[in-house]
Amino acid sequence: MSINIEKLRQEFPILQQVVNNRPLVYLDNAATTQKPKVVMERLLRYYETENSNIHRGAHFLSSQATEAYEQARKTIQRFINARHHYEVIFTRGTTEAINLVASSFCKKFIKQGDEILISAMEHHANIVPWQMACEDYGAVLKVIPMNEAGELDMNAFQQLLGKKTRLVAVTHISNALGTINPVKEIIDIAHARDIPVLVDGAQATPHMAIDVQAMDCDFYCFSGHKMYGPMGVGVLYGKEKWLNEMPPYQGGGEMISEVRFDKTTYNELPFKFEAGTPNVADVLGMEAAMNFISSLGHEAIAIHENSLLQYATDRLQELEKIRFVGTAKQKTGVLSFLFTDIHPYDTGTILDKLGIAVRTGHHCAQPVMDFFDIPGTVRASLALYNTREEIDILMAGLQKVREMLA
Amino acid sequence: MTGIDAKAQEVIEEFELFDDWMDKYNHLIELGKSLPEISDSDKEDKYLVKGCQARVWLLAGLENGKVVFTADSDALITKGIVALLIRVLSDQPPGDIVDADLSFIDKIGLKEHLSQTRSNGLLNMIKQMKLYALAYQRSGQA
Repeated sequence: MSINIEKLRQEFPILQQVVNNRPLVYLDNAATTQKPKVVMERLLRYYETENSNIHRGAHFLSSQATEAYEQARKTIQRFINARHHYEVIFTRGTTEAINLVASSFCKKFIKQGDEILISAMEHHANIVPWQMACEDYGAVLKVIPMNEAGELDMNAFQQLLGKKTRLVAVTHISNALGTINPVKEIIDIAHARDIPVLVDGAQATPHMAIDVQAMDCDFYCFSGHKMYGPMGVGVLYGKEKWLNEMPPYQGGGEMISEVRFDKTTYNELPFKFEAGTPNVADVLGMEAAMNFISSLGHEAIAIHENSLLQYATDRLQELEKIRFVGTAKQKTGVLSFLFTDIHPYDTGTILDKLGIAVRTGHHCAQPVMDFFDIPGTVRASLALYNTREEIDILMAGLQKVREMLA
Repeated sequence: MTGIDAKAQEVIEEFELFDDWMDKYNHLIELGKSLPEISDSDKEDKYLVKGCQARVWLLAGLENGKVVFTADSDALITKGIVALLIRVLSDQPPGDIVDADLSFIDKIGLKEHLSQTRSNGLLNMIKQMKLYALAYQRSGQA
């Protein structure tokens, strides 16, 4: 089934907007995606007809909201093919999911001199929490290097795995480069040495089907807002055996079994990790976003996005003095580039005046920019609603940039 | 009216000539290109203005009781913006710089650059210039 893009775009009201007197061309999807009407309608319906605190009151609304919330957990379980619904923990987003593991896993399993292995292309959210944990426990952070194309050095990875390695944390898809990492291979190699693996899936879930059992990852983290859902909500998937062994992350209501002043016992999964009143509305919005993706089908989305990426890459290559950053063989719809004679910030400023939204800068991945020895890039990132016409507008915009600044 | 106000008024009148953003930005880029160079040895990290996506080096000195600013940036639009600030604020008494009203930025239609999300650090450039001026004012050299 192929996607009717023009019809689909009608589902995203924000795309009909005019910015700086020009029709908006939204190409900053790796930062956040726009939301379809079904997601916004779900939020509205919750607050209009279902709002109440869950797992607490015995009244009608509370049981209805609890039911909806737990149903959403099961939808998400199916979406990522988790073995159990209680392996799906709701968080504020990918960042909180990683912080949860960095805090709880490390508290239990990391000792002085142990090593945590990340990669050279991580987002700051998958660097800093580990640095903080290493500082707390006297552990060492090691980094898998990458090549000039922006692909991980798998030989170096194998050599870096040692007796002291306690965890590998890698991104599924690089937000700055678009590289799709061979996570299955990474996991198999690490598991052969009994080392668990956390995968940062923030950039992957909008673009490809995720099967955590087939992948066999120990943790998988992602955000609702990057996959057409609301902001402020995300998921930590964790294997039951790890989640059971890990201590709670935050204390509060809902995560307890029994509270006394001398001793508190904790609730079972998933509630052990969900202290306080959860973000019910946005969980339901995220569920609606997943249903929206499923209704289109991952395959149809990938076909459209890959064809657009190919078209965009071919077109942009026509430009003088363009340098692409991130040219991995396996990549998603991220075009990270700069003109060798124009600062990316200047390029972004002119594109903005033309109604084209891209991101410029280091994309929260400063080590990646340092590796390529550049001040940053211009990043155009694609989503299922982008069109070839929009790529043509970007192309014309970039020609204008050269006219003005080269 | 201080010398700063007069310069700001001059800039406002100059920018009124442009009807469209492209002419305005072309002018800004030209202003950046015409900014006197600073020597490479002055491009030290300690002169960098924080919070800019592009690098901006900003230096100040005191000449005949007036603060003289020099600057450079690796991005042309950012350099144009800092050139505008220098045109209005440089070679003025420290006290006037500290108290300067910089609403001309809004009036010439560059208000969007004052927003924090732009991360060009215009606000930080202004703050840094005022801090230099304040330091000279306090040290009583002026």
